[in-house]
Amino acid sequence: MLGLELYALPLFFALQGIVLYAILAGADFGAGIWQLLAGRGERARRIREHAHNSMAPVWEANHVWLIFVLVVVWTGYPVAFASMASTLAVALTAAGLGIVLRGVAYALRSGSTGAAELRAIDTMTAVGSVLAPFALAAAAGAIASQRVPVGNAAGDLWSSWLNPTSIMAGILALLSSAYLAAVYLAADARRQGDEEMAATFRLRALVAGSVAGVAAIAGALVVRSDARWIFDRLVETPALLSVALSLLAGAATLVLVARWRLDAARVSAAVAVAALVGGWALAQNPVLLPGLTVREAAAPDNVQALLVVVILVGGLILFPSLGLLFRLVLRGSFSAEPRIERTVSLARPTGGLAATLTATRLAGACFAIGAAFLVLGDSGWPHAIGVAALGAFIVLGLSALAGEDSRE
Amino acid sequence: MFDPVQQAYLLEARQMQALSFAVHIPLVCFGIAFPAMVLRAEWLWMRTGDEVYRVLAMRWTKVMVALFASGVVTGTILSFEMGLLWPGFMGTFGAVFGLGFALEGFSFFVEAIFIGIYVYGWNRMSPRAHFASGIPIVLAGLTGSLFVLSVNSWMNDPGGFTLRDGRVTDVEPLTALFGNGHLGFELVHMYLAGFIVTGFLVAAAYAVGRLRGRWGRYERIALTIPLTVAALAAPVQLLVGDWAAREVAKTQPTKLAALEGVGHTQRGAPLHLFAWYRDGEVKAGIAVPKGLSLLAFHDPDAEVQGLDAVPAADRPPVNVVRIAFQLMVSIGTFLAALSAWYLFARTRRRRVPSGRWFYRLLVLAGPASVIALISGWVTTEVGRQPWVVYEVMRTTEAVTAAQGIPVGYATLAAFYACLIAAVAWILRRLARAPMATIAEPERALGGG
Repeated sequence: MLGLELYALPLFFALQGIVLYAILAGADFGAGIWQLLAGRGERARRIREHAHNSMAPVWEANHVWLIFVLVVVWTGYPVAFASMASTLAVALTAAGLGIVLRGVAYALRSGSTGAAELRAIDTMTAVGSVLAPFALAAAAGAIASQRVPVGNAAGDLWSSWLNPTSIMAGILALLSSAYLAAVYLAADARRQGDEEMAATFRLRALVAGSVAGVAAIAGALVVRSDARWIFDRLVETPALLSVALSLLAGAATLVLVARWRLDAARVSAAVAVAALVGGWALAQNPVLLPGLTVREAAAPDNVQALLVVVILVGGLILFPSLGLLFRLVLRGSFSAEPRIERTVSLARPTGGLAATLTATRLAGACFAIGAAFLVLGDSGWPHAIGVAALGAFIVLGLSALAGEDSRE
Repeated sequence: MFDPVQQAYLLEARQMQALSFAVHIPLVCFGIAFPAMVLRAEWLWMRTGDEVYRVLAMRWTKVMVALFASGVVTGTILSFEMGLLWPGFMGTFGAVFGLGFALEGFSFFVEAIFIGIYVYGWNRMSPRAHFASGIPIVLAGLTGSLFVLSVNSWMNDPGGFTLRDGRVTDVEPLTALFGNGHLGFELVHMYLAGFIVTGFLVAAAYAVGRLRGRWGRYERIALTIPLTVAALAAPVQLLVGDWAAREVAKTQPTKLAALEGVGHTQRGAPLHLFAWYRDGEVKAGIAVPKGLSLLAFHDPDAEVQGLDAVPAADRPPVNVVRIAFQLMVSIGTFLAALSAWYLFARTRRRRVPSGRWFYRLLVLAGPASVIALISGWVTTEVGRQPWVVYEVMRTTEAVTAAQGIPVGYATLAAFYACLIAAVAWILRRLARAPMATIAEPERALGGG
């Protein structure tokens, strides 16, 4: 059973990374889609502005989940990773370019002011926001429909990810991204007291959510005719339970949005995405790629154990940090006035001429010692001493030169 | 499972990877060093209450964000390319070195989160808390370098596994990544390079301003903070480079032979400056008798292994490696000399240099430091050829079997051209943004 044995644990964490990426980066891409659909005029400008401002502080952190998934899969299941990456090269290139567009647009937006510039930049965001989720979901569809064989580019570069199942997955990803974004943006607008934007995005959430629901049902029919293997496994327990939970959560989300329960709606939307990914995983289990089980694909146990330790320890650092970021962003500006501490007064950064002279001489001595150990030493320890002394040279040098030389 | 494949475009695949590194690595330098410089400015503001430091730190924060975002996307492309271009390498050795990237992933994550907090937190947190939120960014820059270089150093000095029938067994990732002989000098060399490149580039921007007459207290401070760090690091880098070359001489004799153009194994090998390698020897150029033996082995009569010690198929392209190496060393020496000038003026005359020539050379030093950085990576990576994992796996065994590499290469090159143009545009924009009015230093409070 997936998730219970060491060899499968990294995959279990990677799936959680996929869920978080689908929810968090999905909302980010969705915001880009709404910028694309905003049209023109003052209201459209406000929509684009709100979509950008809500996403800006968390943009980078949201996207790092993809890197997490990649590195866990390539360490824990190298053969499967290599097979996927080489066959899905075109899809992943398209996704990569989409992410680049999104990132560049983000970087550009921090310095631009003109309306025409902003519109051009937001178009870039939008193109990237359509390309990336579509291509990534299509790649997932390729794996689910068993179109990625084991080997170096052993599958078809195009039909592996441009087929009915993949296209359906891509469309569903776009719709769910748009939906997640609309719910998030409506909640965010409401928190800021912007009732007009809240109503605007609530309406968009309802529309996108309903369309996504219809598309999901249509998608099931497409998968049934195109990829019977995975369909049959999706409609068996335990996968069926997970898929049913996803549908229920999706429906509940719509009701919650309609009733203005936006924060609860975000939770249920996340459950819907997680249950869908979970259902896919349960349906595939234990097959990772055709003819390759998860156990066969897994790296040796000691590697998996180390990887799990790294993930858990990393998580201990990561989640509190992420919590801090999201809390700061969600609470917004809790003090508009900069609180400047005027009490700190340590005269000047430099401690006078004598101290500066001492630091300079010490720095010189450290440089000489470091150079001697590093150049004349012939093994690890002298080199380590040399590096430490040279480090001390830099630190002492910085303190000696900290003062502002006002004569010039 | 991953047998050698027919790939007509191996060279293009390598160039594509090299292009991606060349675009990414200067941004990495800013990721490593720039947060520390922003924090130094903020720290000076906290200590003195002098608004000029606060304005500087806030303006630099915007630059930091734009460059970090660019680094995120170029880094994402690199992580995609590992699988897209080199599935044979990933599929065979992913279990050995992948952990290094997993660790790096968390570093990167921490960096992204705290950059978000730091940027968003200006004016929203107490100064102390805000300053503290910047420290994890600096630490993540160091750990990130450590973990990425653990992988690269393993590729140059591979261990921690046994290869049987194309499959790895007895995998010891920690030994592979952190027990290899190259990690120490690669890490120190690259970490210093981060400060040197960032320092000289930022200082060069203000040097341009000074030559055009933009020179006030703000500009002088903005120039000295990065330049001081770079000027302290550049002389150290010469020593670290010498250390690195001696280690390479020990573990990768073929690479040393390529970067010095040593055709035949010989005792008391001379050191050749400049010139060109052809038919087993260096043509023209300045020869320093026994110089190479002395520098590399600290013995004027030491034997230096020549390129003829290995079959022609196992040699890297000599002139590419050699020219890149000479370029790196020449620029590094120039930067160290310029640094000595600056340090002398600061310590003896207690002021920044005043001559126009210093600032002209400083303008040159910015882009030159980037060329040295990229040349350094060309030296070590092209010098490793034809191996992807030194003396274990060839790049021909690593490359993808997929068609269409030239199309991908062209697309990527076009994208990078746009990216570079976009970054240049945004930096210009940020530099021209109107300056916030700076209040007079509060002398009454600080007593200074």
